Amino acid sequence: MSALGELRRVKGQPVSRQRKQNKAAFLFLLPWFIGLALITIGPMVASFALSFTRYNLLSPPRFIGFENYVRMFEDERLHKALAVTFQYVFISVPLQLGLALLLAIVLDRGLRGLSLYRSAFYLPSLLGGSVAIAILWRQLFGVDGLVNVVLGWVGIEGQGWISNPETALGTLMVLNVWTFGAPMVIFLAGLRQIPVMYYEAASVDGANRRQQFRHITLPMLTPIIFFNLILQLIGAFQSFTQAFVVSGGTGGPVDSTLFYTLYLYQQGFTSLNMGYASAMAWLLLVIIAALTAINFWASKYWVFYDDQD
Amino acid sequence: MTKTDPSTDRAPMTESVVTGLPPERIREQRRRRNAFRKPVTSVLRHVFLITAAVLMLYPVIWMVVSSFRPTELIFRDAGLVFDSFEISNYVEGWEALTYPFNVYLVNSGLVVIGSIIGNLVSCSLAAYAFARLEFTGKRFWFAIMLLSIMLPIHVIIVPQYVLFSQLGWVNTFLPLIVPKLLATDAFFIFLMVQFIRGIPRELDEAARIDGAGHPRIFLQIILPLMVPALATTTIFTFIWTWNDFFSQLIFLTKPGLYTVPLALNAFQDAQSSTDFGELFAMSVVSLIPIFLIFLFGQRFLIKGIATTGIK
Repeated sequence: MSALGELRRVKGQPVSRQRKQNKAAFLFLLPWFIGLALITIGPMVASFALSFTRYNLLSPPRFIGFENYVRMFEDERLHKALAVTFQYVFISVPLQLGLALLLAIVLDRGLRGLSLYRSAFYLPSLLGGSVAIAILWRQLFGVDGLVNVVLGWVGIEGQGWISNPETALGTLMVLNVWTFGAPMVIFLAGLRQIPVMYYEAASVDGANRRQQFRHITLPMLTPIIFFNLILQLIGAFQSFTQAFVVSGGTGGPVDSTLFYTLYLYQQGFTSLNMGYASAMAWLLLVIIAALTAINFWASKYWVFYDDQD
Repeated sequence: MTKTDPSTDRAPMTESVVTGLPPERIREQRRRRNAFRKPVTSVLRHVFLITAAVLMLYPVIWMVVSSFRPTELIFRDAGLVFDSFEISNYVEGWEALTYPFNVYLVNSGLVVIGSIIGNLVSCSLAAYAFARLEFTGKRFWFAIMLLSIMLPIHVIIVPQYVLFSQLGWVNTFLPLIVPKLLATDAFFIFLMVQFIRGIPRELDEAARIDGAGHPRIFLQIILPLMVPALATTTIFTFIWTWNDFFSQLIFLTKPGLYTVPLALNAFQDAQSSTDFGELFAMSVVSLIPIFLIFLFGQRFLIKGIATTGIK
């Protein structure tokens, strides 16, 4: 693209063409530019400014310097929310991706009924974010919910999984793992890109299936694993609906399902501490950006790019 | 072998380019390779997959079956047999809240339709510029667009709320629809850019020689050719907007404006421990549109995730 532009300049193409495209591009991008300015960048700047104020919507914001940020260090509920969210993200995302990868591999290549299985596994990803499924989850893991009924068949005494602070977060992790279908579809598409000739060359050299998996499938798939990891990490950090519905908006019992976004919502829109909520939002952005950056840095050591294409 | 989607089964094609063998030959090789597999492992694989699929879908099917059972029987019965077919849950659940459930369905529908139109128009315009036009700072703006995909909504929700409440837009559908008209769902710009890049430039050139300007090339050449990308956008926007809870919770507080997720949430709060039958019935109603989209739009869904995931 830049090379082409260079060429054009050398050939001395009339400037008017370039100017014309600029004008056309501006018009095509106009809605996006307005949105970027008013809905995205503007509010981002405003949110940064608000994070240094005390603001409750009713009276004008009052500048308080770093007070909101200092308060974060002492806010026990914030620490709890961070702990809950990190646990949720770092336990459920690897499990979800592991399961997605496992099923993608089992489903790969010439299995009868592939599309049927793929649909069955994919459906929960579409439903998982809805309030209806969160409601279902609340019943499944309730004291007399389905899970306990089934456990009763094998003689295990159930408990109120949602009302017990030890296990409440676990039920939400199960919900997240349940939606492994979307990353699985991405894995399946990735598996199809691996040339069969690699496997054939390996079989000629006498490699068994396990060796083929270890030395061909896995390395060739690492870019996809990386992509899924980034996507799911960012998504999981922002989970809200499930925790809100399952806990009735409280993040309980005893704050055991107090997701970061849920606490942010409570601070901003229930207690109207909008300055503090803005500061929390920026902390979330910094955490997500830092994690993504670390991931990109670490990817040098484990993601394999096949340069032969 | 079941019907495979030709678009997702491109591997033999790409492979034939690499190896110089015809694609049929490669498919044949694969088939032979699979035929070597022992039938026992194949059966085991199917047993494993069927068990997994049943386990995955059991809760949802159970909810559907339970919605036709009297509430007092729901939790005694973990089975999936349609032993009773009581539609009273649906009849009573429909009227259980302040407004009948169709009000919430219409509200959700309006937000969904507005969002779909907004995304289709604004994102396709922006995508055309990124995919086909040369302009100053293109790389920079493209990078900004990609970054905005990853921006958590929570970072901007507070000032957005302030802005929309000063405009008097809280408790209208505008805060949910207007941003889509301004292409804030940049994910779809990216999806469409990827798609337009695959349309041969010769078509544009031919039209340009015939004297067509960019608006005409966009409307008459590109837009008709990118229908699959528009379909994918429509379907994803439908599902995401239908399921969206966070922004609707913030901007809609009057029961008359509640969308389906807000109504269900209110229903759950009000019911605490009785009438699960009705709650389940309305939950099932809320999932029907998603399920229909899944049935009829699956091809676009799968392709949508697969292509944006890979490229």
